[in-house]
Amino acid sequence: MRWKTDEYSGWGRVLRATGERARPEKTNALKAILREGGLPAIGNLRSYGDAALNSGGRAVDMTRLDRLLAFDPETGILEAEAGVTIGEILRLFLPKGWIPAVMPGTGFATLGGCIGHDVHGKNHHVAGSFGQHVTRIDLLGTNGRVRRITPEGNPDLFRATIGGMGQTGIILSAAIRMIPATSPLMDLRESRIDTLAEFIAMLDASTATYCVGWIDATAKGATLGRGILEEAEIGSHGQMPKAPRHKSVPFNAPGFLLSSPVVRAFNHLYFRRVPVGGRRLDRAMADFFFPLDKVHDWNRLYGKSGFHQFQCVLPEAPAREALAKMLEQIARSRLASPLAVLKKLGPGRGGMMSFPMEGFTLAVDFPNRPASAGLIRELGDIAADAGGRIYLAKDALASAATIAGMYDEREAFAAAANAVDPAHALETDLTRRLKLRDAT
Amino acid sequence: MKQSWLILGASSAMARAFGRAVAEQGADVFLAGRDAGDLQRGAADCVLRGAGKAEYVPFDARKPAGFAAICERLALQDGMLNVAVFVGSMPEQSAVDADPALLDPTVQDCFTGPTRFLHEFAPLMEARGGGTVVGVGSVAGDRGRYSNYVYGSAKAGFATYLSGLRNRLTRSGGHVVTVKPGFVDTAMTWGLPGLFLVASPDDVARDILKAVAKRKNTIYTPFFWRWIMLIIRHVPEAIFKKMSF
Ligand SMILES: Cc1cc2nc3c(=O)[nH]c(=O)nc-3n(C[C@H](O)[C@H](O)[C@H](O)COP(=O)(O)OP(=O)(O)OC[C@H]3O[C@@H](n4cnc5c(N)ncnc54)[C@H](O)[C@@H]3O)c2cc1C
Ligand SMILES: NC(=O)c1ccc[n+]([C@@H]2O[C@H](COP(=O)([O-])OP(=O)(O)OC[C@H]3O[C@@H](n4cnc5c(N)ncnc54)[C@H](OP(=O)(O)O)[C@@H]3O)[C@@H](O)[C@H]2O)c1
Repeated sequence: MRWKTDEYSGWGRVLRATGERARPEKTNALKAILREGGLPAIGNLRSYGDAALNSGGRAVDMTRLDRLLAFDPETGILEAEAGVTIGEILRLFLPKGWIPAVMPGTGFATLGGCIGHDVHGKNHHVAGSFGQHVTRIDLLGTNGRVRRITPEGNPDLFRATIGGMGQTGIILSAAIRMIPATSPLMDLRESRIDTLAEFIAMLDASTATYCVGWIDATAKGATLGRGILEEAEIGSHGQMPKAPRHKSVPFNAPGFLLSSPVVRAFNHLYFRRVPVGGRRLDRAMADFFFPLDKVHDWNRLYGKSGFHQFQCVLPEAPAREALAKMLEQIARSRLASPLAVLKKLGPGRGGMMSFPMEGFTLAVDFPNRPASAGLIRELGDIAADAGGRIYLAKDALASAATIAGMYDEREAFAAAANAVDPAHALETDLTRRLKLRDAT
Repeated sequence: MKQSWLILGASSAMARAFGRAVAEQGADVFLAGRDAGDLQRGAADCVLRGAGKAEYVPFDARKPAGFAAICERLALQDGMLNVAVFVGSMPEQSAVDADPALLDPTVQDCFTGPTRFLHEFAPLMEARGGGTVVGVGSVAGDRGRYSNYVYGSAKAGFATYLSGLRNRLTRSGGHVVTVKPGFVDTAMTWGLPGLFLVASPDDVARDILKAVAKRKNTIYTPFFWRWIMLIIRHVPEAIFKKMSF
């Protein structure tokens, strides 16, 4: 197998790694690679920080092992190789009347990556996390042997693999439960929200299956926490829309594009797009679930220094106060980009290192400017004080100590991973930075 | 009418993309190659994407004794028979220079294996009065270059054969598309230095499918390689022989 040596990065492009990567197109080629030694698997590099980076070491890119293997229309269970993307599954199965039970905000995430971070979707409060719909995983160990693991047969290893950031082995393939979809369209209701208190009340009261809020992170004072609430159900009628044409960002954008006045003007218009009384509309599924995928390589809009996403989840009781504090600091910093999301999460989580907890999650993008790291650390401290958690799929800045206090099953996770990978061959820049595999 | 596609070298990423595209159109797909386990997974994938049926058939370009069995299997299919050839291997020129014995298998994989097969298969197509052959050559076959002329000459031989086969199959209503890719992002090129304007396997598959529908004779993919190769072919030999790309 030929290795490609170059620099690569996560979606945020702040943290980078130089190292060797292989990209097998056949299972046998992957097994041959393993005979040269264990190494972490990476997907489509849609995690923002260093979860899929291995500086100075080797990694195996799984995106070409992407075949659908079996589908049972009786149970809705789909088995596929880990490199297939969620968007491709949606594209192929929606016409048959099925969709993945959980989908993250980008269709470019692979099945392996969705398991690796136990991702959540806009329906987390009702459907739980991605890993809770995984019924079986074929896991390739560093010894080159494949183990078929299930939640019942191998509870510890399974829970260490879901959300396990590749630390228990290479996921070759997995079986996931799909859900029926009666229409290719989402029946969407958009409402304007004027204040944070109203936002929280509306999120609490919503009975929609899919529910997510866009928040204007530049708003302050009386308008602090204003935004738009999207509530949706799978529609009951409609034709398959034509496949959209994709646009792409061909080069790095100049810095002024996301300067504070531009973002504030954009947010102002974006907010007013929705009439005061709200509105109802039909939206194609892919556009609803993956709104940003229409523009390929949009991360280049942040220029070559890249950007950060801060995402945390806060338990319900302290959330109101903590969110207000965070939003005030963000608005004051004048660093926010238009991309900011507020959502309610349910208790569902599939693994020891899964992110979700019952409460509210806030995600905000920040260009990588000198002041950004300080702001993000302060936001992390507020989350920690409130008993919340930082999402490792997005993080590039947290410290091992901060994270240790947030993930209470970290030690059990380390024990399970160290048992199957005693040589620590699967470690990544993220697990080393945050000492996720340290025994105590 | 029912369409069947036999894909030789089906484990290539380009072939996989093409097989998926014809599967989505509902064709029956036969994945021919050496890695049974891999191609069985490929067949499952094609069925889930809409293929009428999909099967693995064993094929080794260096073992012509196995070709008859493939022809017999395909003869059982109703409707139109089509073949797409993706087989090929590209050793480093320096490796062939060090061990000239590597020349033979390269020529077998890129040229004589596939053409011997097509020669056995052509009468089946003629009997059905139609069908398309897609032959994947390479821009490397357009001129012998210092750094890659063994592979290039095998591909040139293949292209010449395809042009003759086109002439023959036209008489019975069939057609041959010669495909000349530039650089494509596959296992063959992964990690090689000095690549530029690299296309994805999906882009190539889309171009091939369009060429099949429009009964094009020879396509370059992506299209701009036609212009690049036009220039390269017209560099006077006196200058070209001193170049070393
Ligand atoms: C625009 C955008 C929107 C997003 N929205 C959401 C969202 O709504 N909810 C959410 O939860 N996340 C969201 N994310 C984050 C994203 O879903 C996760 O980071 C996901 O893990 C990315 O998948 P990937 O295939 O790119 O994996 P990578 O980023 O390449 O890898 C992620 C992790 O998974 C591991 N991994 C990947 N493949 C394998 C394998 N085959 N075997 C073992 N380990 C493997 C890697 O080692 C790494 O630790 C979003 C990201 C973007 C860019
Ligand atoms: N990649 C490029 O930039 C590029 C450019 C121009 C042309 N091409 C041509 O495009 C075609 C596809 O190549 P690729 O890039 O996808 O590379 P690839 O993965 O190496 O594909 C080559 C295919 O040929 C098969 N093969 C080789 N020798 C064989 C034999 N003796 N018997 C049976 N099958 C054999 C391989 O099967 P195994 O898996 O069993 O080895 C594989 O399926 C090739 O003909 C190549 O020359 C490629």
